[in-house]
Amino acid sequence: MKKSISIFAAAILMLLLPLTASAAARDTIKIVGSSTVYPFATVVAERFGKSTKFNTPVIESTGSGGGLKLFCKGIGVEHPDITNASRRIKQKEIDNCAKAGVTDIIEIKIGYDGIVIANSKKADVLALTKRQIFLALAPEIPHPNGAKQLIKNPNVTWRDVDSSLPNIKIEVLGPPPTSGTRDAFAELAMEGGCKTFKWLKDIKKENKKRYKAICRSVREDGPYIEAGENDNLIVQKLNANPKALGVFGYSFLVENSDSIQGSFVDGVLPTFENIAQGDYKVSRPLYFYVKKAHIGTIPGMKEFLREFTADKTIGQDGYLTDKGLIPMPSGEYSQFRSAARKLSTLSGLN
Amino acid sequence: MSNTLQETQDISEIVNRGLKKRYRSEFMFRFYGVVSILFAVVFLLVFFSSIISKGYSAFTQGELNMKIYLNEEVIDPDRLRDEEEIRYANFDKLVLDSLKTYFPEVSSRKERKELKSLVSSGTSLRLQSMVLNDYSLIGQEIDIWVRLDSDIDMYLKGNIDVSLDESQRRISDNQVRWVQELQEQNLISQNFNSTLFTAGDSREPELAGVLGALVGSFFMLIITFIVAFPLGVAAAIYLEEFAPKNRFIDFVEVNINNLAAVPSIIYGLLGLAVFINFFGMPRSAPLVGGLVLALMTFPVIIIASRAALQSVPPSITDAALGVGASKIQTVFDHVFPLALPGMLTGSIIGMARALGESAPLLMIGMVAFVVDVPTSPLDSSAALPVQVYLWADAPERGFVERTSAAILVLLFFLLLMNSTAIWLRNKFETKW
Repeated sequence: MKKSISIFAAAILMLLLPLTASAAARDTIKIVGSSTVYPFATVVAERFGKSTKFNTPVIESTGSGGGLKLFCKGIGVEHPDITNASRRIKQKEIDNCAKAGVTDIIEIKIGYDGIVIANSKKADVLALTKRQIFLALAPEIPHPNGAKQLIKNPNVTWRDVDSSLPNIKIEVLGPPPTSGTRDAFAELAMEGGCKTFKWLKDIKKENKKRYKAICRSVREDGPYIEAGENDNLIVQKLNANPKALGVFGYSFLVENSDSIQGSFVDGVLPTFENIAQGDYKVSRPLYFYVKKAHIGTIPGMKEFLREFTADKTIGQDGYLTDKGLIPMPSGEYSQFRSAARKLSTLSGLN
Repeated sequence: MSNTLQETQDISEIVNRGLKKRYRSEFMFRFYGVVSILFAVVFLLVFFSSIISKGYSAFTQGELNMKIYLNEEVIDPDRLRDEEEIRYANFDKLVLDSLKTYFPEVSSRKERKELKSLVSSGTSLRLQSMVLNDYSLIGQEIDIWVRLDSDIDMYLKGNIDVSLDESQRRISDNQVRWVQELQEQNLISQNFNSTLFTAGDSREPELAGVLGALVGSFFMLIITFIVAFPLGVAAAIYLEEFAPKNRFIDFVEVNINNLAAVPSIIYGLLGLAVFINFFGMPRSAPLVGGLVLALMTFPVIIIASRAALQSVPPSITDAALGVGASKIQTVFDHVFPLALPGMLTGSIIGMARALGESAPLLMIGMVAFVVDVPTSPLDSSAALPVQVYLWADAPERGFVERTSAAILVLLFFLLLMNSTAIWLRNKFETKW
């Protein structure tokens, strides 16, 4: 009996302990954010932890939006120091940050990520245009006779979309709506194809909401298959089903170049050079955001920034390029590198 | 007399007529039973053989026997023996110089890069820490086994098809040729992959290990046990032995059974709201994970403990009360010790379930990349099932086998806990 009382006391102690401990200082950098930046940020963090005397930063993959939400909760050791994003911060998020006292934010672009539409090597390489992608995957498409009228997408095979394409069923495995990759795919590929219809483009001026609903939605009647956030799974499914296409980040194409191949989009293949030069249009910038107020309080922040923006990391031949990151052109790079050195903060989106 | 005989014959005739049908239905029932067990066994076999066949190769790692000259001119040209200076020394150059002694013809930048990436990028860091630990090594030639890069390791394990065009695979023609030459000189061998058990997470497959996740899971289970076991047992004893029989207690009992069936992700949300947002505990910490899992295991322990208390025969209670023991003496001196093995068994099985749980940990930030092995329940940490999840999502080919290896480690601990539970039950089981 006495024993169980002492166990009880220990349990209650354990419950109270963190209340005092969490107020104490933190000596490890905490990073949250995009699952697309995660594979790059973790490599930098690991090198940083192993080559300096600082602890290895802890990185949690929460998605871009989730990361910014956590990031903007406030200043202090209980909040993350850095958040990764596979898109730029929104004005609304800057305002939310400011409301919680997070005003000085350093914005660093680390490079670009291509979004590839790929299939198994067992099948032929496909040459698609954005317009064809839109016609194959939008829930509603313009009437084929050219009338300014939307009809439910009747296309079943790629041949239905365009007579130059093979006669196989449209099956596209891609990420779910919670994913940043999906957002970028919808914005760059789908909307890009949508814009080629002039009358649809004109809707943007009148009714932005309706325009987005038409151009950025993905059909839900079967051809687009949500395969979860796990890009490896998509790659495996493509190997099992050579007729299917998959949508994922360029880094997965790099790692699996022996079994899958990227499709041409508007006549351009997703290769390192094409994405870096901006010829391959379905690509997006990757960022991370730093709380300036935490520099100096959390040890190693300045050094981590320096490591992440070093030439050996995100420069033309940096080690992140081996992991599939597309580096920025040198002019843009030096701009962000000096921003990291001078710790210059974001002053509105331009 | 003949009448009764007649009757008996009639009955036996009726019995005989139905007999065949009865035998058949019994046979069919047994047959269905055997089929369903076979079905389960086949599934288990497929499951295990697929994991083992994918994972066994992760327990070895290709290594290269290298002689590395720790050149003082490179490491510490000013002979300062200063830690900061040595940290910035170019250990990569030493590795490359050593590799070049085997292949002196290598000259172009591209070839040098290819040659350097034969061995793990962790090699230079390993040399750095060796030198920092023992300055006397500077200027000497050391003979060590270094881990090969994961891509080369995958090639050695037959996971890369070299018949494809060079541009379509992760390793170049040069690298294949070099590796074959090194193999002919017997400098490459597959050694036991101790890193898998001594390192935390890493983004380089050849440097990644499960120790961080294992320690994280260990801290969590300790906290789960410390919190859930005494509370669960106390609740069970009260409900079973002391609680009045009324509607309120009935309501509590029904809800404890309901709690045991609540999906685990909901406990994660609760943990996020209460422990992290309200109490301000750190994210990603095993402490919070342990508390969440304790909430989840708590109803399971109550149910198991009540079953154990019920199985103690009333004669024990009656005898104790009969010789004048008070109710509390009866419970704690007689019933509780006899029920304890059963309670422990139930708790261990509940904890084994907690060990394999990943859904609630998603919500409280334990799905994180943590390299440093945690030293206290307040440090950031991953857990075993989460490590499986993270590795399954990693793009590098080398993580495929490591994912299966991590599953094997997790299954080993689950089996260990479950067999402990069975052992405890058999050892302390009392036959009444």
